[in-house]
Amino acid sequence: MSATGIGAAVRRKEDLRFITGKGQYTDDISRPGETRAVFLRSPHAHAKIKRVDTKAAAAMPGVIAVLTGADLAQDKIGNLICGWMIHSKDGSPMKMAPHPAIAANKVCCVGDQVAVVIAETLAEGKDAAEKIKVDYEVLPAVVDAAKAQSAPAIHESAPKNTIYQWHLGDAKAVDAAIKSAKHVTRLDIVNNRLVPNAMEPRVAIAEYDSGTDNLTLWNTTQNPHVARLVISAFVGMAPEHKLRVIAPDVGGGFGSKIFIYPEEVVCLWAARLVGRPVKWTSDRSEAFVADAHGRDHITHAEMAFGEGGKITAIKVKTIANLGAYMSTFSSSVPTYLYATLLSGQYDIPAIYCEVDAVYTNTAPVDAYRGAGRPEATFVVERLVEVGAREEGMDPAELRRKNFIKTFPHQTPVIMNYDAGDYGASLKKALDLADVKGFDKRKRESERAGKLRGLGYSSYIEACGIAPSQAVGSLGCGVGLWESAEVRVNPTGSVEVLTGSHSHGQGHETTFAQLVSERLSIPIENVSVVHGDTDKVQFGMGTYGSRSGAVGMSAVVKALDKVEAKAKKVAAYMMEAAEGDIVFKDGKFTVAGTDKSVAWGDVTLNAYIAHKFAGSQLEPGLKEGAFYDPTNFTFPAGCHICEVEIDPETGNTEIVGWTAVDDFGTVVNPMIVEGQVHGGVAQGIGQALLESAIYNAEGQLVSGSFMDYTMPRAENLPSLKVDTTMTKCPSNPLGIKGCGEAGAIAAPAAVVNAITDAIGSEDLAMPATPPAVWAAIRKAAKMQKAA
Amino acid sequence: MYAFTYHRPTTVRQAVNLLAKNSEAKLLAGGHSLIPVMKLRLGSPGALIDMNKIEGLSGIELKGRSLVIGAMTRHGEVATSQVVKEALPALADLAGMIGDPAVRHRGTIGGAIAHNDPSADYPAAVLGLGATIITSKRRIEADEFFKGMFETALEPDEIITKVSFPLAKKAAYQKFKQPASGFALVGVFVSKRGADIRVAVTGAGASGAFRVTAFEEALKKRFSPKSIEGMTVPATGLNGDIHGSAEYRAHLIAVLARRALAAA
Repeated sequence: MSATGIGAAVRRKEDLRFITGKGQYTDDISRPGETRAVFLRSPHAHAKIKRVDTKAAAAMPGVIAVLTGADLAQDKIGNLICGWMIHSKDGSPMKMAPHPAIAANKVCCVGDQVAVVIAETLAEGKDAAEKIKVDYEVLPAVVDAAKAQSAPAIHESAPKNTIYQWHLGDAKAVDAAIKSAKHVTRLDIVNNRLVPNAMEPRVAIAEYDSGTDNLTLWNTTQNPHVARLVISAFVGMAPEHKLRVIAPDVGGGFGSKIFIYPEEVVCLWAARLVGRPVKWTSDRSEAFVADAHGRDHITHAEMAFGEGGKITAIKVKTIANLGAYMSTFSSSVPTYLYATLLSGQYDIPAIYCEVDAVYTNTAPVDAYRGAGRPEATFVVERLVEVGAREEGMDPAELRRKNFIKTFPHQTPVIMNYDAGDYGASLKKALDLADVKGFDKRKRESERAGKLRGLGYSSYIEACGIAPSQAVGSLGCGVGLWESAEVRVNPTGSVEVLTGSHSHGQGHETTFAQLVSERLSIPIENVSVVHGDTDKVQFGMGTYGSRSGAVGMSAVVKALDKVEAKAKKVAAYMMEAAEGDIVFKDGKFTVAGTDKSVAWGDVTLNAYIAHKFAGSQLEPGLKEGAFYDPTNFTFPAGCHICEVEIDPETGNTEIVGWTAVDDFGTVVNPMIVEGQVHGGVAQGIGQALLESAIYNAEGQLVSGSFMDYTMPRAENLPSLKVDTTMTKCPSNPLGIKGCGEAGAIAAPAAVVNAITDAIGSEDLAMPATPPAVWAAIRKAAKMQKAA
Repeated sequence: MYAFTYHRPTTVRQAVNLLAKNSEAKLLAGGHSLIPVMKLRLGSPGALIDMNKIEGLSGIELKGRSLVIGAMTRHGEVATSQVVKEALPALADLAGMIGDPAVRHRGTIGGAIAHNDPSADYPAAVLGLGATIITSKRRIEADEFFKGMFETALEPDEIITKVSFPLAKKAAYQKFKQPASGFALVGVFVSKRGADIRVAVTGAGASGAFRVTAFEEALKKRFSPKSIEGMTVPATGLNGDIHGSAEYRAHLIAVLARRALAAA
């Protein structure tokens, strides 16, 4: 391993600009003649729009235009779409309701766009927006997924507010297994709705050049090319080659910046109408209602056990709340990213899952860090833990008994696990967490009047999303390969262009590490270019922990081609046969001789081309590649959470956290550790603190940081982070991906620990102090009654 | 934020005159409650009277058996003052629990008390110590000052200049934070000064801070957690919201009161 190669804890190259305030985020960009867009948003969760009167607003100072849904429709701007087709059990396609970028006839959630003001300044835009008069006829709202199917339909095209009734697995086999089971564990689970809250809110700047007829969009997006494709091909804003999308530095996404949102569509449309650049910056209050939310499942789950704690089946019924409209990838999250992981790390013969997706009068729900896999892990790991308790077995032992031990392993729910060693991560985690000493620590807590609990989460996820053929067969509208281009300069420095996108992950460092190692050149001589459709030809972006496994694999392929071409150049230089050239340690050597040329000589000669024989060798050194993975990757591991609870207040303190993850090859252990920390913090946030709460009228009650509890440093323990490794056989580097693991593993570990401490399973997330206090009281009452 | 007229008087008299002349005016002290409301366009005072250039409104002084704190004294100053830490450590503790460092470096005791947020910390100390509010017009006893949520005995043109806290023999504050905002979900201040025993609660009351007279009575025998063991507070009249029901808050009052007594 070189000092800057794969496996080295190289300091992040991008951090110099980030921590010295030199980052260039979308809001830092201003265009000459820029105007500001201010959206008027619906105060009602569900209402007919009877009339929008913009006259008074249009007459306000500084107002350039006031635009409505009617104007949008007149200009034939297309609706936003969901790009993953799901079919119901009966074969019918999902009910995708129209989603205009500005509502024309009715509003379906609080925050829905009703009009937009384009003004000289933000203040003038806000003043004018207040003068728009909207006549609403308020309709009854439904916010709860459990009530959606018996509420009046929000969209005509979706009776009973049902988007699809999907299923996966073998219902008969599962019912038979449950019938003959020695024991069945049953749980009702709510996976709480979360607001992503990236540190940087969403921003869009659109500019139209009437001379070239080109549109440019600067946007906080995780996938600029997908944004361009959707806005061009589906929304119909401009032909693809006339639309450039630039994603500059992006300050966090967590999934919420994958999607194509109404605001960027409106900015593009308005920029062409008014002939000046249009900028919109979401404020935090808007972000709460206008960013796609995450999770929001209601689930009933059953796990059947045979002799000796052997799991024989899982049966799951979930209602997934997709909100008012179907966001870009919303349909896939509670289906193929969820039910396919219900086998967990276990050898389970039969699995059946039914999912009803429903509309409600709430913000749209889509992928959020982990996307479906946290929900699946929570179901499986709660069932396993509770099952062990009910059977009187050690939860670690029950897991060990059921682990998949041979690979490849075909689960009953599509996935074919390629490699793993679940026992190894469990064992290492048990040691690091000092589980042996837990009883003693519990007694010490008891002496201090506290309850202590221990919870495990042996999670698995499917990452490196994903083989195009596989996702295509499951309904995905796009392929999920990745592209790379390696441009070698005459002086030997290298630019790597990737279709992946970094919004905090550190690609400028890790991708450079790969190139530095492969070409034996200093890491300073490598720059990574991403986030601009004019620079990178195409790419699928970053989500689903895919950049390492898929994006870097594309770079490997391109580097293979670069090396092959460079060998040809070296062969000409040394007048040797191409097949005799060996590339090692940055030198091209003629095998069996001491004749060699250095990397820099070869790159220079590739461009001056003096020694090439005419048409036999093209000048230049630049190669591109597309890499399509052959399988998902399967990061897995074991997290152990230890809590201490104050029974008088219900307050939970996390006093120990151990994370042992198998991410396959680790490119940069420091960055990986950071990803684990961030993921665990978000998972703890979901388990203890965060909840998007709507009241019955559809108002988001926890709609600001005064009421929505983000995890803070004081909520987090020092984490013990370690890894085990089985290389991923499905990509050339053996990478599995690490970005989502913490958020997937953590919630179940926390809730398993708290329920262990309080001796009751009747506890929903977030396990706030009053919720834990109420659970303790309820359990005590039931004990008394018994 | 809507447009407003900005005034920066240099004397209390000027400030009072401005206030008297302009019924839409608001006093700007630390601004940590007022400015966010204005930024969200939820409040639109026609004028702001900035108190920050008035001399002599800030400072901490021990005067006989009282600790006198100027209205514009920042929470951070109270929290770290050696004088407060020695004379009334419970008050320094309380000030150190308000908000975050940014809030503590701007927020003022006078502003917090005049605003009377039902979840603010200072009202618990003012009521729990039996402080006296000194204004541009008069002296107001704590028990007469707080008049319900965001309401006080202050007249429209009256400005707090000082708060005088009598030194207690024993005192302590226990706070259970609303986890998102950091305000008090429930805060309980207890004190004993001769025969004057006080238990004051913030965060829980639907009409602001209040005293728990039943606890105070019980503590007259002995100022100890044992004296109120098993005693509860009724949930009626308490706040209930997404962060805790009225029952939970009632329960916390008793728990925190016992803990405060143990710490005092």
